[in-house]
Amino acid sequence: MNARRKPESKDMKLLTAQDIATDNAAGVLAVANDTDVQTLDLAGVQRIDLAFPKFADGRAFSQAFELRRRLGFAGVIRATGDVLVDQLVQMQRCGFSEAVLRADQDQAVGEKLLSHYSGFYQGDATDLRPHFVKTA
Amino acid sequence: MYQYTEFDRQFVRERAEQFRDQLQRFQAGTLGGDEFKPLRLQNGWYIQRHAPMLRVAVPYGELSTAQLRMLARVAREYDQPSHEVFQGAVAAQNKLGDIQLRDGKAIGSRLKTGYAHFTTRQNVQFNWIPLTQAADVMDLLATVGLHGIQTSGNCIRNTTSDALAGVAPDEIADPRPWAELLRQWSTLHPEFAFLPRKFKCAIVGASEDRAATHWHDVGLKLKRNEAGELGFEVLVGGGMGRTPVIASTIRDFLPAEQLLNYLEAVIRVYNRWGRRDNLYKARIKILVKAEGQRYFDEVEAEYRRIVEQDGAPHTITPAELARVQASFVDPVIDFAAPAAAPVSAGEEAEYARWLARNVQAVRNPALRAVTLSFKRLGQSPGDATADQLDAVAVLADAFSAGELRVTHDQNLVLPWVRAELLPDVWREARRLGLAKANVGLLTDMIACPGGDFCDLANARSLPLADAITERYQDLDELEDLGEIDLHISGCINSCGHHHSGHIGILGVDKDGKEWYQVTLGGSDGSALSGAPTPGKVIGPSFAHSEVPDVIEAILDTYVAQRQAGETFLATYQRVGAEPYKAAANAMRVATARTE
Repeated sequence: MNARRKPESKDMKLLTAQDIATDNAAGVLAVANDTDVQTLDLAGVQRIDLAFPKFADGRAFSQAFELRRRLGFAGVIRATGDVLVDQLVQMQRCGFSEAVLRADQDQAVGEKLLSHYSGFYQGDATDLRPHFVKTA
Repeated sequence: MYQYTEFDRQFVRERAEQFRDQLQRFQAGTLGGDEFKPLRLQNGWYIQRHAPMLRVAVPYGELSTAQLRMLARVAREYDQPSHEVFQGAVAAQNKLGDIQLRDGKAIGSRLKTGYAHFTTRQNVQFNWIPLTQAADVMDLLATVGLHGIQTSGNCIRNTTSDALAGVAPDEIADPRPWAELLRQWSTLHPEFAFLPRKFKCAIVGASEDRAATHWHDVGLKLKRNEAGELGFEVLVGGGMGRTPVIASTIRDFLPAEQLLNYLEAVIRVYNRWGRRDNLYKARIKILVKAEGQRYFDEVEAEYRRIVEQDGAPHTITPAELARVQASFVDPVIDFAAPAAAPVSAGEEAEYARWLARNVQAVRNPALRAVTLSFKRLGQSPGDATADQLDAVAVLADAFSAGELRVTHDQNLVLPWVRAELLPDVWREARRLGLAKANVGLLTDMIACPGGDFCDLANARSLPLADAITERYQDLDELEDLGEIDLHISGCINSCGHHHSGHIGILGVDKDGKEWYQVTLGGSDGSALSGAPTPGKVIGPSFAHSEVPDVIEAILDTYVAQRQAGETFLATYQRVGAEPYKAAANAMRVATARTE
């Protein structure tokens, strides 16, 4: 079983294609975005790659949330495919811990956008509590 | 109305800053057009036929006069295209030609600048703001808590509600606190910003449905159970477009505090299961139709997981509900001020008509809700100039505790008017040209911007609206025709709600020319119109010049066929479509067939 832990907020690793060229594929599960993640066998899995075939196809956001909150997956969840800096905050809040940026994306802009907002209204995969509960 | 906290204000400012950064990257070429598109759409920025269009969110239709004045300023200073853009637009519209009327008049496009437009979803649109000024406009709007968050894009859109929320005499509970909680929860929801398609919610708390809830992706109706507890009937899967569908009840009674947890389940399952292969089959209505009970079962299972495994994190606490409700207490009305001078004998008849048509009783018997009619000759339905908006702000400050509502029918309501001051309100509204006593009547029509502005439109809506408004100026005749919902859409996207009109007009495109289908018998689900249903097409489409005559022929048929006291819709339901079809077909000239 995977240990249950709360992923660190704002703790999102931005990667380039070069960074991952030498990655070890052991313990990695690549999941299509129409897969029901509740059917996955996560034994021994250390990293799950969720795909954005197009950046506007938002299914992997729900998959990441379910992996973190429902299945308690504590390993790495990596965003792959059409990954743009403007969607990184959403990814991070849904439970992604790594993102492989599309080749034309600017990593520095991505880092800046990740910390743009000082707060959000609703709870998310990193902290289920909405703003109104946190500040109560 | 809801009072922004520092958190809310900071959030809107940060949103405006984020948009400025996105716009700058787009202008610098480091953010591509395809990538910028959903970002600008989720801030309300479209690129339309002639110029960009901005849709400003008016959450559940409630506006302060400070906000209205800012909208006036944006209209005056920013809704101003360059000479080149404007002349290009005029030339393009002139090519579409005029609608020739039988009285010799010809009505074409009448493009105007410097104004705002009220939409059926209670929002406000501007048609001419150059994109180079977009970030400045968002900064200005943010100073009064306004923004364009999620007024477009495949996300949870701005929530609509009853324009009489909080004052309606038939109210079970005020929907505004719940709508506000829904606004906050849905704002920049990380998981639901790239749904298969747009997602619209409407919420009502009265027995009368003034928000067309059955036509929404999710409709929410406040109710009490036998124990007196507050909850929602939850409807899902309604929508217009090319496949009109009436929403189904997925939950007859959802405890009110569970609203957000339940919606999370509804939308998560839609995000996972909704179709993404075909734009026209991507709305939740198609999923609900295709999967039916299987979708309902999965939503209930997901809801249980949210409650049992996640611990129901978005359960609305009594403290949070009380905090939000505290913003919606009735304003203090000055009843000590002297009553208005009565209207003169010569004005009495006109005033009485206005009282009967445009003034409604509210919960407090000493108050009234006054509808300002934005359906008048010379201006398109729902259009208001900067000066009109400023003047209405003065009116609302003087007579309605500084608060207004945008209605689903594209008018404004003053919800807190002292009955004893009505003569003053009438005089001032009349001076502003906003006291036409036509609320609910034929000329109080709904029309989308259509082919005069919209990039999606197949045909123009506004010249038809103009032509019908010109033809039906006699209030006696309008009163005789009675309450009729006339809805005009320039294309099948149905922003003008033609499906739910007693009379619907739909622009269609054939050979690059403007044609119109006419439907009869639609209902938005209000008490007047009966069970919600789409209207039925009465035959092949008509040429644009034929449409005003067709509408007149249909109305004449009603007058000829009706029994005493029978409404347009009731007569149509009793006699069926045939007499109307025959009358409409007799008006064909360009589309006449030799038989």
